[in-house]
This record gives sequence, C-alpha cells and structure tokens, in this order.
Amino acid sequence: MTTPSGGPPLVVLLVDDSPSDVRLTQEAFRATDRAIDLQVVDDGVEAMAFLRREGPHATAPHPDLILLDLNLPRMDGREVLAHIKEDVRLRTIPTIILTTSDAETDILGSYELQANAYLTKPVPMATFEALVRSVNDFWLTHFQLPHAVHGS
Amino acid sequence: MTVKAGAESQAPREVLLVEDSPGDVRLTREAFRGANRTVNLHVVVDGVEALAFLRREGVHAGAPRPDLILLDLNLPRKDGREVLAAIKDDPSLRLIPTVILTTSDAEADILESYALRANCYLTKPAQWDAFEDLVQSINDFWLTRVKLPHRARDV
Repeated sequence: MTTPSGGPPLVVLLVDDSPSDVRLTQEAFRATDRAIDLQVVDDGVEAMAFLRREGPHATAPHPDLILLDLNLPRMDGREVLAHIKEDVRLRTIPTIILTTSDAETDILGSYELQANAYLTKPVPMATFEALVRSVNDFWLTHFQLPHAVHGS
Repeated sequence: MTVKAGAESQAPREVLLVEDSPGDVRLTREAFRGANRTVNLHVVVDGVEALAFLRREGVHAGAPRPDLILLDLNLPRKDGREVLAAIKDDPSLRLIPTVILTTSDAEADILESYALRANCYLTKPAQWDAFEDLVQSINDFWLTRVKLPHRARDV
C-alpha cells in the first residue's frame, strides 16, 4: 500500500449503483499516492441530499470531486448533473461523468450540461492517478478556505 | 462524420495552447512531443488571437477546431479569464474542454476559473521534470482517456 503524500484527504463523491464498479473505483483510488476520502451514494436523490447536507447527510463533507454515473435509480445522473451545475454552491465542484455508455448523445449531452469531463468504464488505474493529479489545485482551494468559500 | 469506437485514441489531437511566454511554449511543445507525437499543437500568444483562432477569423480562417484548449490566465490584450468567459458563453465553442494552465495557485484564480466553467485548473510547476509529468497527465487524461464531444467538431 502506498503512503499518502500528505495533507487532508481529497473528498470524492462517487454516485454509482453498481457495487462491483464501486469496489473497482475504491481499489483504483487506493493505488494512487493521495489520501482519498471516497464517499459513495447509490442513487440520484441521495446524491443531492449529500451535496445539500440534508437529513442523514447533514454533516457530509464538501466534495472536491464528483464522479457521477448516468444511469441511476430514483433520479438519473443527467438530472443530478443539471442540478449541480445550476446550484451556485455546487457548480464549481469538478463533476466527471463515469459511466458505461459511450453513446455520442450521452457524451454530447453531458458536456452540454457542463460536465467537466466524461469517462467510460472501466477506467484503468493510471487514469485515476492522472485524475487525482488534475484536481490537485482545486484541493488547495478547499484546504485553505473551506468554510469561507463554501459556507452559506 | 462518425468516429469508430477505438479510433479516437489513434486520431491526431488538435490542441490550442494560449500562452505568451516563449519559454513556456517551448517547454510545452517538447513535453507534448515526448508524450504524444500525434498531437498538433497550435500556439497563439494573446487572448485576442485565441478568439480569432477559435472563430476562424482573418489569418485563422482555416484553423482546425481544437480537441482541447490549454489557456494561461495572464495574457496580453485580452486576459485568460475573459477568453474563458467568451468560450463558455459561445454555444459553438463552449463544449471544447478548456483547461487553465497557469503559474498562479491563488485560490481566487482557481475558484473564479471553475465559476467561469473551466473544465479543469492546473498550476504549471517550475521544475522541468514535474512539468513534463503534468503534460503527460494532460495527455493521458484529456487526450487519451476522456471522451470528447465529437459532434462539436465539424472536421
């Protein structure tokens, strides 16, 4: 197991209803050299409750990154994405679609809804490492002024 | 034009680098050459030229549509924040992934860039090795792994 490179963990919200895919993602993040706090919800309604810190999620940490599947129960990922990007307190969180579909309509539709990037499963571990490095600078924002920036 | 599954990772990538420092331009070119020789790196040195390239105006009439834009924030004539805002306000440009690649690590710049809908924000490292690694990451993630919106490209 690699040693985390120091500093508070990167909070990643994974929105995915497939337990096996969740496990693969957990393993991939464990292989990176950054401490990752991976939070998992398995449907779109719970995702929004988590992000808005409602009900059982009242003390949920603010994510540094969201990985979002498109096909979810109760509220699908496209709706979740639209809600995130319409909410002034949530839309600056890099939101990456991580889904099985490689259909052009899903890819284009996601970028139109302002997804930051689109990845199709399965994702190799090296990609998660590159991803973690890509969000490094955003993590610095939260580390320095988490409440001043995101408190409401 | 449809792209067959699997063909994307071999297709040449058009990358627009918006950067006014000749030294950084040279470093980026070298790093991309090492990472992916199918990348066509187009360079413009200020914000006005960046938008002319993207809108295919004047001398840039035949410019290809970029698959990825790497945008410095501090530019002459029109700064990177304005260019970013213009890109993301333009329906014909806003789907092009736009990654801020700049020296600043100030949280105000990071937050503002994400608020202006930058796809990602990266701080340029000072050391060559780290810079090379970063370009490798950009290539691995944005040019090889990320699914790009093809219909936004009218090749």
